[in-house]
Amino acid sequence: MTPFEYDFLRRLLKTQSGLVLSDEKQYLVESRLLPVARRAGLGSLSELVAAIQKPSGKQLSDSVVEAMTTNESFFFRDKTPFDHFREVMMPDLLSARAGRRRIKIWCAAASSGQEPYSLAISLKEMAAKVAGWSVEILGTDLSNEILDKARNGIYSQFEVQRGLPIQMLVKFFAQKGELWQINPDIRAMVKWRKFNLLDSFAGIGEQDIVFCRNVLIYFDQQTKIDILHKIARLMPSDGYLVLGAAETVVGLTDAFQPVQGRRGLYQLKAAAATKPVGPRLAAVGGSNAR
Amino acid sequence: MKHCLVVDDSSVIRKVARRILEDLDFDIAEAEDGKQALEACRDQMPDAILLDWNMPVMDGLEFLTTLRRETGGDKPIVVFCTTENDVAHITRAIRAGANEYIMKPFDKEIVEAKFQEVGLI
Repeated sequence: MTPFEYDFLRRLLKTQSGLVLSDEKQYLVESRLLPVARRAGLGSLSELVAAIQKPSGKQLSDSVVEAMTTNESFFFRDKTPFDHFREVMMPDLLSARAGRRRIKIWCAAASSGQEPYSLAISLKEMAAKVAGWSVEILGTDLSNEILDKARNGIYSQFEVQRGLPIQMLVKFFAQKGELWQINPDIRAMVKWRKFNLLDSFAGIGEQDIVFCRNVLIYFDQQTKIDILHKIARLMPSDGYLVLGAAETVVGLTDAFQPVQGRRGLYQLKAAAATKPVGPRLAAVGGSNAR
Repeated sequence: MKHCLVVDDSSVIRKVARRILEDLDFDIAEAEDGKQALEACRDQMPDAILLDWNMPVMDGLEFLTTLRRETGGDKPIVVFCTTENDVAHITRAIRAGANEYIMKPFDKEIVEAKFQEVGLI
């Protein structure tokens, strides 16, 4: 691949997905895109770049973006966010939304579905507490291909062994030959939609909890800031944001502040500052005037 | 340093498991079947046991059932590691007192994830 071709791919990825690639990421591009070229019957990345630039190249450029933005994922990744979910977010919102009995959760980089399904499993495990509640989980990702996988909920033996306790595997999955499919009742708890974080968030609607983990790292500073502000705007004042273990809002925005002693968990600044001690009756019916 | 007993009749699997677990800072002992493993446990009860199912002399399930009845045999955390990968086998293992279950083939990531799951690392 020539420097000119690498630059072309960089520009393509930046405009279509916001993905920022530094100079030394050429190996990553090659390892991810050679299979794309091969599937399209092309012999090299140079041929791939040429084919994308033809009028018929749209589908191919979509495949390039998908291949570069798909992340590895596993069930209950990093564990602590799911502890926060069970121990902080849900108890707090179950008390704050006691009137409306509705909680909305958005996984903004759902990838192959392990994160939203881990949340759905967590909700199943607290079934008694959420009985009579409507808890909606929305999983979005840039890639159609990966969303199809998420929707089917079919995982390899390797995938179900990373992060998923064996009791949960037996309880919530059915074996299909060498593969494991998550049960229909869990699948039905998650709605899927293709969505680009660079686009307007208008269609996403209000979300009480936003998981946006390990995706901001791919964007440049300004794009990170824009996305965090868009998230802040679709959140009620007592909503929760979860970032990846290696991510932070520090130096990006003042809209959010960390929840004390809860790594990776954030709330809007005003909410965290005025947080009352007991159950919050005032929040019933909407603290979401915008 | 935590002590892990690796029980498998395949010397290759024992070697692979030993390498992975030593990287995770475990002190390793090996046994080739359930009977040897039981003797090793009576001599010194390990913190963890990585346990194959199908072995000559005494298989993994019989070993586990016997171990759990021994004095101090409730202590070790037992992780099955076997090609038996159907729900029926998994359920039997859990009932017999297994703490976790690895379906072969396995790699370092899986061992690490499962050992984390049961609080060994």
